[in-house]
Amino acid sequence: MKQWKKVMSAAMVTAMTVGMLAGCGGNDKNEGSSGSSGNSESGEAVFKIGSIGPVTGGAAIYGEAVKNGAELAVKEINEAGGINGVQIELNFQDDENDPEKAVNAYNTLKDWGMQALLGTVTSAPCVAVGSEAMNDNMFLLTPSGTAVECVQGENAFRVCFSDPMQGVESAKYISDNKLASKVAVIYDSSDVYSTGIYNSFAAEAKNTGIEIVAAEAFTAESKTDFSVQLQKAKDAGAELVFLPFYYSEAALVLQQAAGMNYAPIFFGCDGMDGILGVEGFKAENAQDLMFLSPFTPTSDDETIVKFVTDFEAAYSGTPNQFAADAYDGIYAIKAAMEKAEVTPDMSASDICEAMKTAMTEITIDGVTAKGLTWEASGEPSKEPMVVKIADGDYAVVE
Amino acid sequence: MKMKAMNKTTKTNFITYLLVIVIYIVVQTLVMSGSMSSLMQGLLVPLCAYVILAVSLNLTVGILGELSLGHAGFMCVGAFSSAFFSKCMVDVIPSAGLRFFFALLIGAVTAGVFGILIGIPVLRLKGDYLAIVTLAFGEIIKNIVNIMFIGKDANGFHFSTKDAVSLGMEPDGVIIVNGPQGITGTPKDSTFTIGVILILITLFIVLNLIHSRSGRAIMAIRDNRIAAESVGINVTKYKMMAFSVSAALAGVAGVIYAHNLATLTAQPKNFGYNMSIMILVFVVLGGIGNIRGSIIAAIVLTLLPELLRGLSDYRMLIYAIVLIVMMLYNWSPKAIQWRKKYLYFLKFKVEEEV
Repeated sequence: MKQWKKVMSAAMVTAMTVGMLAGCGGNDKNEGSSGSSGNSESGEAVFKIGSIGPVTGGAAIYGEAVKNGAELAVKEINEAGGINGVQIELNFQDDENDPEKAVNAYNTLKDWGMQALLGTVTSAPCVAVGSEAMNDNMFLLTPSGTAVECVQGENAFRVCFSDPMQGVESAKYISDNKLASKVAVIYDSSDVYSTGIYNSFAAEAKNTGIEIVAAEAFTAESKTDFSVQLQKAKDAGAELVFLPFYYSEAALVLQQAAGMNYAPIFFGCDGMDGILGVEGFKAENAQDLMFLSPFTPTSDDETIVKFVTDFEAAYSGTPNQFAADAYDGIYAIKAAMEKAEVTPDMSASDICEAMKTAMTEITIDGVTAKGLTWEASGEPSKEPMVVKIADGDYAVVE
Repeated sequence: MKMKAMNKTTKTNFITYLLVIVIYIVVQTLVMSGSMSSLMQGLLVPLCAYVILAVSLNLTVGILGELSLGHAGFMCVGAFSSAFFSKCMVDVIPSAGLRFFFALLIGAVTAGVFGILIGIPVLRLKGDYLAIVTLAFGEIIKNIVNIMFIGKDANGFHFSTKDAVSLGMEPDGVIIVNGPQGITGTPKDSTFTIGVILILITLFIVLNLIHSRSGRAIMAIRDNRIAAESVGINVTKYKMMAFSVSAALAGVAGVIYAHNLATLTAQPKNFGYNMSIMILVFVVLGGIGNIRGSIIAAIVLTLLPELLRGLSDYRMLIYAIVLIVMMLYNWSPKAIQWRKKYLYFLKFKVEEEV
């Protein structure tokens, strides 16, 4: 028995050595390509754009959406002649929504010779990767990392709204339009996105004179039964219930509220987008549901119609806001690269230097906003739209 | 003559230390010559943390013979207490080395204290109770961390379990622990060299404990509790010793982990049940009670999913299959028979080496 442990450890050492050699071998090959900064396998110069997001695990739908949205944009740009005539190569790496894995994915992309990063998709990994990218001076544009810290470096920008902004805008909208004075909030205390919005909403509510009569939390482990939270909101006399979380849970909330004959105004954030697509969800339950959204797939706008049709043709499914953010993200990188007149033979750091300034000078007419611009702080300046659901369809409220 | 004086255990220990040092030198040379990929370099510090975790859990599982499913909980305690300290002290103690040293002490001591607290009631029990309680402990720690909000402003510290708004801080205040968002902006103080030094210290502590009088007492308890009690061994004392040392070392691993990433959140993935099982897998695959095996298993299993990145969508599937195959190869009686029959030449070679 003891002998066999020894044999096994010998075998493991061999396996490990082989593994290390394989890792190094792979590296040699990568060095060959990154040494000459961005050459595709055919030897032609390309821009290498990396992207990181979860495509396995619980948050996989968001990563998938970003991956598809980015791929679609890259395909279109390459067909139209690329960036200043240079083709783009996109490499998407899985991070399992784990900061540690995200840093590994980032390093993998660096070995591959990445020159700009679209990512990461989720907030916590984005903060970890952001600090690495800041050290390397790598251009980072996150499509959907909403936490404030995601864009703390000068090299980092984002396409989506930040958490505080959504909370503040929601509170402002509710008080400006006198929707309600007594508000209940239900939020996911185990989720960065949800608590981030709730915190800023609560802070802004104080300033705008909204009274928060109930603030009820749930966690990722208990997100199927909301009757307790709804009952508390009802007992507290809330006229409006603010739901800053994703549509899959919101669908259950709305269904259960309808079941207990509780019909306040429901107000959500951009995560609510897609609620009508939930299987088995009755659209009448969502009647008059309002939410902030950067993107509605049913819009008549020409760019959006084209994006939605192309997306549906390529991936069989309506794009959500993550896909739209990624799509705009790739176009923003393209615009910034063209503005900065970078060439594929430049190093990632030089490209980042040039793109940092270019990013604040470009204007994008994308699918998530018209006339989208960026500040040096990395925040996008775009107006959130308020979408209201009427008769089973999304409609933009002016 | 000298070789004879060096008995078998000393020799085995010596090989274990040597293994770590040789790996360190090889890796350092590769890094210096610039022939190591960024991915590998990024993995070096987490590898150190996992190796320490595997070795420390092996002390509980292999030597003490108790099943602990809450090792990630101790790691979590060490990680958060030390990250909290470093975040507060980042301006007060500018020297990274000194700050990290204190952070290590704090992480290890806090985790050790929690180990003792958990151990006092539980180690008196028999059977699988420790597994159940440690499992619960890991989950409780994760959830407590997720509701903690701690801020600091001119008036001192503010604490809340509700949300960041109810901290009621001055405008100049900073939030240090932000509930589920955890601690962001921990200084990046862990390095590979520090990690390897800590591995060596861990090995020194664990191996010396195993081969000391106390270690023999601990193993006697594992093998036959009643017999051990009958010869006058203080069962609770020795169990507690092994368990708290194991917890403190897990805390050290947590400190390394926390000071490697800019963000620290307590998610099921890194500090939950999954992580505890992962560490247990390192120990079981490396051989229960086999310290060197734990080191190798931790390295192999951490590297494996990253090296499989080339397979993109299939990598987690392949990883799982490889894990099953390795377990079967390592532990199945038929596989052991097969190896005895066909791989006998390997055996001879190893015997000569060891």
